[in-house]
Amino acid sequence: MTVELRDLRKSFGGVTALDGVSLTVAPGEFLALLGPSGSGKTTLLRALAGLEFVDTGDIVVNGSNMRDVPARERGIGFVFQHYALFRHMTVARNVAFGLEVRARSRRPARHDIQARVQSLLDLLGIGALADRYPEQVSGGQRQRVALARALAIEPALLLLDEPFGALDAKVRKSLRLWLRDLHDRMKLTSIFVTHDQAEALEMADRVAVLRAGRIEQVDAPDRLYAEPATAFVHEFLGESIRLDCIVSQGMARIAGLPGGVPAAGCADGKAIALIRPHEIALLPSGDAVRVDGVHSVGPMRRLRVSHQGGVIEVLLPMEAWTPSPGERCGIDLSRARVYAST
Amino acid sequence: MLATQERAATRLALIAATVVLLAVLLLLPLVAVFGEALSRGLAAALATLEEPDALAAIRLTLIVAAVSVPLNTVCGLAASWCIGRFRFRGRSLLITLIELPFSVSPVISGLVWVLLFGANGWLGPLLERAGLRIIFAVPGLILATAFVTFPFVARTLVPLMQQQGAAEEEAAMTLGANFWQTFWRVTLPNIRWGLLYGVLLCNARAMGEFGAVAVVSGHVRGQTMTMPLQVEALFNDYDWVGAFTIAALLSLLALVTLAVKVVLEWRIGDRGGALL
Repeated sequence: MTVELRDLRKSFGGVTALDGVSLTVAPGEFLALLGPSGSGKTTLLRALAGLEFVDTGDIVVNGSNMRDVPARERGIGFVFQHYALFRHMTVARNVAFGLEVRARSRRPARHDIQARVQSLLDLLGIGALADRYPEQVSGGQRQRVALARALAIEPALLLLDEPFGALDAKVRKSLRLWLRDLHDRMKLTSIFVTHDQAEALEMADRVAVLRAGRIEQVDAPDRLYAEPATAFVHEFLGESIRLDCIVSQGMARIAGLPGGVPAAGCADGKAIALIRPHEIALLPSGDAVRVDGVHSVGPMRRLRVSHQGGVIEVLLPMEAWTPSPGERCGIDLSRARVYAST
Repeated sequence: MLATQERAATRLALIAATVVLLAVLLLLPLVAVFGEALSRGLAAALATLEEPDALAAIRLTLIVAAVSVPLNTVCGLAASWCIGRFRFRGRSLLITLIELPFSVSPVISGLVWVLLFGANGWLGPLLERAGLRIIFAVPGLILATAFVTFPFVARTLVPLMQQQGAAEEEAAMTLGANFWQTFWRVTLPNIRWGLLYGVLLCNARAMGEFGAVAVVSGHVRGQTMTMPLQVEALFNDYDWVGAFTIAALLSLLALVTLAVKVVLEWRIGDRGGALL
């Protein structure tokens, strides 16, 4: 199931929600749409499902354009953030719904529907809940019911809006691995929306980072973390330290610190250098920074060092050379990435 | 000690006052209605219901309710669905318009139809040429009643639908349900108790409306008299038993409505929904 989005644009009364989104999802892929609230990720998901119509652009699923196809004819499964289970139906009736509303010619026989519903519920580990009502089952179970209901129509594509948003932290963690496993076992093509970077990086094959209705970068989680394409992606994924710098002739100089950082492809002038705390090294030689504090709990030592321009957090491995509080030492920021300031 | 006693005494006095007030204002009139109707025995009371004029009034009231209640149910459903599901230009104006009949005196609600369709009204001459009669006829009674009772269903459903949101309907759509499947299987079951409640109140008012109906009726006995109008007419004729028997019938309707309403409120409250 290949999904291709071409230059999708959508605005709500003058407010731009999607500002030219293009994206291709490969068959069997598990893709995360990651971004802060208001970045357009939910709008994008709803546009895919047909719950929102885009102003311009194309949604092509397996070669056919879905742009003007209504939601009920798309055959795309959608798991809502708050599940949206039919509250007056039992769990089994909820799951059977998508099969029961089919036109008579395509509707399976009653006992076939029942058998399929039961096998789906068993597959999702909620077979015992068939006769309960949504309000009688827990949050995690409700999510499984919502998933079973979406899967019952054998969707070409499964969309999940903040699948773990309404669950407490403990349930959330265990469900992540379970969902990823289910996706692989059922050979689904799935797209899920999240604002939680850990969730996206842990579960997805690829992550699309959205900001203000645009995709900043689409990449595998490790590459996204190691090679952020923009300052926004760098700061959104993982801890980042932001340092103002000035670029001239391919080298960035950070205010108040000696040495330079390679800044190939960055125009001369003001720029931003971003670095993660564990990418910084402290050197016995030099006196560019002063150690304010050392915190040695956990697998890494966390240090606060200050320089003229401000305070920097540094994470050092336990075995690395570590200065004492009050000492002055050198600092190596050569692994910083330099971005044009926006 | 003294303080508690005093407080207890105050409480007792307040409760007693409330009970007396309720008895005088609500219970006593009800007893009076039934007492007066049965003052010459049940047989005499029932006999008055067999008078042709009384039968005609009952029939007319049922016809008026049978047309205006379903009409308002459908319109109320449509209006509350639009208001609850969509943001559109003129939405707040629509909400205000729906409530208009509540804030207008029933006499005005009747008069507007006379002004529109009466012999000297805007459209009167046109209707006369077409041979249609609305004022002083059944269509006028239905129009006036429908106008007065319009808000009941919509007013009950708007907050309910806003509170429930559109997510379940959207879910139904993604699962392949068309509009009517979504309506019958998802929307309607979710609002059924609220809807029934609104219909009930609408019906009670439709059958009991006096002011607006009085203006457009023309008081033709046996033809344009609904039950409330018949009560007044018989009362003016000094036919106490006749007047109060029909009044008792209307009161019975009120009591049944009240009982069903209590049951419904309990049902709705039980399901954790509904702002009524």
